[in-house]
Amino acid sequence: MTDQSVSQGSLASARVALLAPVARRAEAVVLPIAALLAGFLVFSLFLLIQGKSPTDFFYLVYRAGFGTAFSWQNTLSRTAPLLFAALCVALPARLGLVVIGGEGAIVLGGVATGALGAAMLGSSGIVALPLMALAGAVVGAAWIGAVGAMRYFRGVNETIASLLMAYIAISIMNHLVEGPLRDPSNPNKPSTLSLTDELRIGDIPGWDVHWGLAAGLICCVLTWVLIERTTWGFAARITGGNIRAAQVQGLPVGWLILGFTALGGAFAGLAGFFEVTAVHGSANSSLAAGFGYTGILIAFLARHNALAIIPVAILLAGFEASSGLIQRRMDLPDATMLVLQGFVFIAILLSDTFYGRFKAFAPERWSTSP
Amino acid sequence: MNELGLWAIPIAVLGGAIRVSTPFLFVSLGEVLTERSGRINLGLEGTLVIGAMVGYAVAYLSGSPWLGVLAAAAAGSAFGLIHGLICSLPRVNDIAIGIAMMILGTGLAFYFGKPFVQPVAPDLPSIPLGWWSSIPQVEAALNVNVLFLIGAAAAFALWWMFKTTRIGLVIRVVGDSTDAARAMGLRPAVVRTLATMAGGAFAGVGGAYLSLFYPGSWNEGISSGQGLMAVALVIFARWNPVACFGAALLFGGAGALGPSLQSVGISQGYHLFFTAPYVLTLGVLIATSSTTRAMTGAPGELSITK
Repeated sequence: MTDQSVSQGSLASARVALLAPVARRAEAVVLPIAALLAGFLVFSLFLLIQGKSPTDFFYLVYRAGFGTAFSWQNTLSRTAPLLFAALCVALPARLGLVVIGGEGAIVLGGVATGALGAAMLGSSGIVALPLMALAGAVVGAAWIGAVGAMRYFRGVNETIASLLMAYIAISIMNHLVEGPLRDPSNPNKPSTLSLTDELRIGDIPGWDVHWGLAAGLICCVLTWVLIERTTWGFAARITGGNIRAAQVQGLPVGWLILGFTALGGAFAGLAGFFEVTAVHGSANSSLAAGFGYTGILIAFLARHNALAIIPVAILLAGFEASSGLIQRRMDLPDATMLVLQGFVFIAILLSDTFYGRFKAFAPERWSTSP
Repeated sequence: MNELGLWAIPIAVLGGAIRVSTPFLFVSLGEVLTERSGRINLGLEGTLVIGAMVGYAVAYLSGSPWLGVLAAAAAGSAFGLIHGLICSLPRVNDIAIGIAMMILGTGLAFYFGKPFVQPVAPDLPSIPLGWWSSIPQVEAALNVNVLFLIGAAAAFALWWMFKTTRIGLVIRVVGDSTDAARAMGLRPAVVRTLATMAGGAFAGVGGAYLSLFYPGSWNEGISSGQGLMAVALVIFARWNPVACFGAALLFGGAGALGPSLQSVGISQGYHLFFTAPYVLTLGVLIATSSTTRAMTGAPGELSITK
């Protein structure tokens, strides 16, 4: 009798030991997916009220975003800037900072790229392209790094400051593109001088997707390694958990804030670099396409985990890729995707309240069950 | 215009300050109400846009601009209610919810507002306070909208409410200490939700002013961060409604600088002049924030100053 209960107990504890780590990790996967589905559900109701079919909507998203090889390439081309934009939100977020002005760094990174490219039109791509990428990254880093500096040295709220700076950045771009940097021979859209093929980034061989995607994926992996596997990342996670404790421990909180915001800004600047060199061929107002704002939602959905950003960015890129088809087929306005993003965003933030509420995800509470 | 020469610029800035400041004033008064109860609603930028759309649509369909203003206030308080209820749940971040409401608000406004971009809705009436002057620019500058006067009166009314009334005291206690409020038998979550609702109504009216008076039409570029700047302005005004009135005029003047220069024919670098209110806001934030001391006048429970 006693033998049996002991063996049963050890069997149960072995099962617990096996399942406990899975259960602990599952919470961070299951809850965001549930929130995403809840957001889709609310959006479906929103469509139903207006007599539109949610099944049509999601089928069209599937077809235009993920259904064929062509649609996959379209989706993946749009993924690149979203990866960078999401990293610009996720990096500061690990320190507890809500930086939402990545759009400004994308725009100015693109302008810096376009301006330097216009100045180096004759030179070879091997020399000019790395310099242009550097210019985009440095300008982006300075722009978002300034937000970090204002936060650290003056205690300025980083959310408000970064969004204000995004508006300023777009005005500066308009000024430069319509004024000093304008290509006088281009009668259409005010733009910087068109880049020659030598100064443009091409497609990944065999694909209709530019190299920005590969660069974005590499940056996501490197960021994950930085945050999860290095002492700097460890220090950052402690700072994000409790800034006072981090200061008491003697962690370089100031350098972490400056470094993480600047790195995030550098990534956003690279998004601008790839938009100019791989997509538009010159810097113009198309740079302010709202990638920075979609990046906010992606980072929150990914819970600021750099690896999780990859699938989430691909998903949202697929939605954006299908936007045109949905507008035409279902006679919906172009703001439809913005409404969907709003519902999903609210659902994902609402899900914060459910962490730690479910026994299934908390192994230490399993044994107390009768 | 020529006879006035460069004097046209300060006159246009003054008139612009009165005209441009009204949405700043309403949004910042709404935000003061919300923040005094201990919560921050960054979503007022979205509320401003939804107020502009609803106000314009209702004014167009009903023919009455005042009905539009009422509908905008109702839409704004509905958004405030959503924000307030969600933030009442434990562990939900009020700043992030504000960002989400900003996206949802602009999304819904653009979604439902598309059919109203073309039609022309009736304008809100204004009072010609410049009748004594024979200079058309001065007359135009002093053509003051009724909502501006209502907003000014509301600023003083709110100040009086916080200072002397029971409601004002309840909001202040809830904003300064959740524990003290509970000890007094108040329900902080309910008070904060109601304060966010009322704040949303103010922001909705500010939006109706944008679409029904100045600039006086509905389009997707109707607000470019006014709602957000108004939130920053509240910090500058130290959560005092009367100071908000002054700050709104100052920001309105900065916002009017670009268009004023354009009106006298200075178009060189006008994009840079349009950044004046943003740069001013940023400068004010840098000058008034501090890492070491708590801000005077800040509600104790406010997440951005804690």
